[in-house]
Amino acid sequence: MKKILQNKTTRTNLTTYALVTVAFLVLQALSSMGMLTSSVNGYLVPVCVYIVLTISLNLLVGVCGELSLGHAGFMGIGAFSGIVAAALLQSAVPNGTLRLITAMIVGGILAGFLGFLIGIPVLRLRGDYLAIVTLAFGEILKNLIGNMYIGTDAKGLHFSISASKMELLEGGTYLIAGPKGATGVEKLSTFSMGFVLILFTLFIVLNLINSKEGRAIKAIKENRIAAESVGINVTAFRMKAFVVSAFLAGMAGALFGLNFSSVTASKFNFNTSINILVFVVLGGMGNILGSVISATVLYLLPELMRGLDDLRMLLYAVVLIVVMLCTWSPSVKGWIQCVCDRVKGLFHKPGKEAVSNE
Amino acid sequence: MNEYSRKMIKVSDVSYLREQDADKLPVLDVRNLGIDFGGLTAVDGFSMTIGPTEISGLIGPNGAGKTTIFNLLTSVYQPTRGSILLKGVDTKGMTTAKVNKLGIARTFQNIRLFNDMTALDNVKVGMHNEIKCSFFTSMLHLPGYFKAEKKANAKAMELLDFMGLADIADQKAGGLPYGVQRRLEICRALASNPSIILLDEPAAGMNPSETTELMHQIRRIRDTFHIAIFLIEHDMNLVMNVCEGIVVVNYGKIIAKGTPEEIKNNPAVIEAYLGRS
Repeated sequence: MKKILQNKTTRTNLTTYALVTVAFLVLQALSSMGMLTSSVNGYLVPVCVYIVLTISLNLLVGVCGELSLGHAGFMGIGAFSGIVAAALLQSAVPNGTLRLITAMIVGGILAGFLGFLIGIPVLRLRGDYLAIVTLAFGEILKNLIGNMYIGTDAKGLHFSISASKMELLEGGTYLIAGPKGATGVEKLSTFSMGFVLILFTLFIVLNLINSKEGRAIKAIKENRIAAESVGINVTAFRMKAFVVSAFLAGMAGALFGLNFSSVTASKFNFNTSINILVFVVLGGMGNILGSVISATVLYLLPELMRGLDDLRMLLYAVVLIVVMLCTWSPSVKGWIQCVCDRVKGLFHKPGKEAVSNE
Repeated sequence: MNEYSRKMIKVSDVSYLREQDADKLPVLDVRNLGIDFGGLTAVDGFSMTIGPTEISGLIGPNGAGKTTIFNLLTSVYQPTRGSILLKGVDTKGMTTAKVNKLGIARTFQNIRLFNDMTALDNVKVGMHNEIKCSFFTSMLHLPGYFKAEKKANAKAMELLDFMGLADIADQKAGGLPYGVQRRLEICRALASNPSIILLDEPAAGMNPSETTELMHQIRRIRDTFHIAIFLIEHDMNLVMNVCEGIVVVNYGKIIAKGTPEEIKNNPAVIEAYLGRS
């Protein structure tokens, strides 16, 4: 056991799992004791969703080095296919949790499949061009869902992309009604399932990073030509990263969609993609633990500052700039180090030094 | 070392092979290779044969097209004319990755290591196609993953040890000294289990004692793994001492071929490259 802990990556990974578990247990305990306000309770599932989205995008942007701006599109696909799947399975699978899991898997698979289809043309591009095209595909996915009508009636499932062609029999219901989105969704998502999804995502992504596949993906980011020269099929591995990332985003989307009674496609727009990218960048490229922390803090911050009205976004922007400076600027880093040393000096005790130097 | 005599025999009219390789299938058989970049003919009429355990050299003045030839051999560029037979298989239209799987590994003139990864991980990336472990096995860390990873670690350490790099296995490749980086690159190329390894100026930036060490290592690689080595080098001491056959190019064309002794005394080579004394 001691030998395992000596390995730095293993230690970091275990810390990540442990931190997430502890945070979950504390919040769950507080929640069950009724110590959280209802608004904070409402944020628990979205936080889980954004953590998963950030980790999955980090796999693509941080580890593989491909800038994608269409992540919210895959989230949207997951959300709506999850909603449809959950509604259709209502009678077949009465158990809510089981239905949620099925919905997440359906959402993930559909998003992963679309990721594969989109990846075929898109992954021929690199860098800025890839970013622009993924942005476009993200918007296409959003508009596709926003113009889709899916309904059920006694005759079965109906699908159309124009409202006039949808003729449901009496007693039929719309599962997705175009721009109005999905309404009357049964809320299946729970904080516990959000936690399970985070653990699943961490398991998949961390395992991938520490395997032959992950090394190949990192190698492509660091030096494409060298990676090819040792027999790595670059296109295949970029595609694998893209699909896994889309799959996880789809699962997170399904969790998100089933958390609200109504969801519209406009939620999954460019802004959401950019927000997730901001979480990834500020958490650190390729740093999974950083992603978890930054997604939590940066998602909750503007929500908890709602009382400040107009100042809210201003303060949010200031926080982003400060975080960026503190993590990247060498002069600010040096200054922080200096302050830390001073503070340590104030509380200097000879006995403690040995511990801190260890 | 007498197993490897330095005697060369002439094969057809285009090339030399080492005597003991004469009846074996050459690892690399290049015929009339040429590439044009727009109106510029970078390489033209390049033909040569490399035996399965031969150390051969490619020399020529700057801009003669040596690295372009390496890029053609590894399918970084597709040739305009001619063919490359790797162990009898035509590599036309193949990707660099595919050609590597078939048996060519290389190093680069400007070192291309994965700087943010440890030396050990660099070698393990080199072993990519040697590690038998499916995508789902590694994603879910099934038992097969641990087995494959353990085997890969052992083999990678063995290779690092072979190149005298075992003690820097855990260091980031980007922070290593220049000469060590060059050796690590050779180590990574070896890890992909090639039949022939192309070294692009392996001694560049090395001091004389490092170069001598490298010379021994190049011979040791051939003697241990029984593979062919094809190298570009400007250090004549190394080329003349290590190589069994030498090809001299200038302006993309072969101007001489032969054993080190023949090359040393070839008037065309002296004119173009070695300089008149």
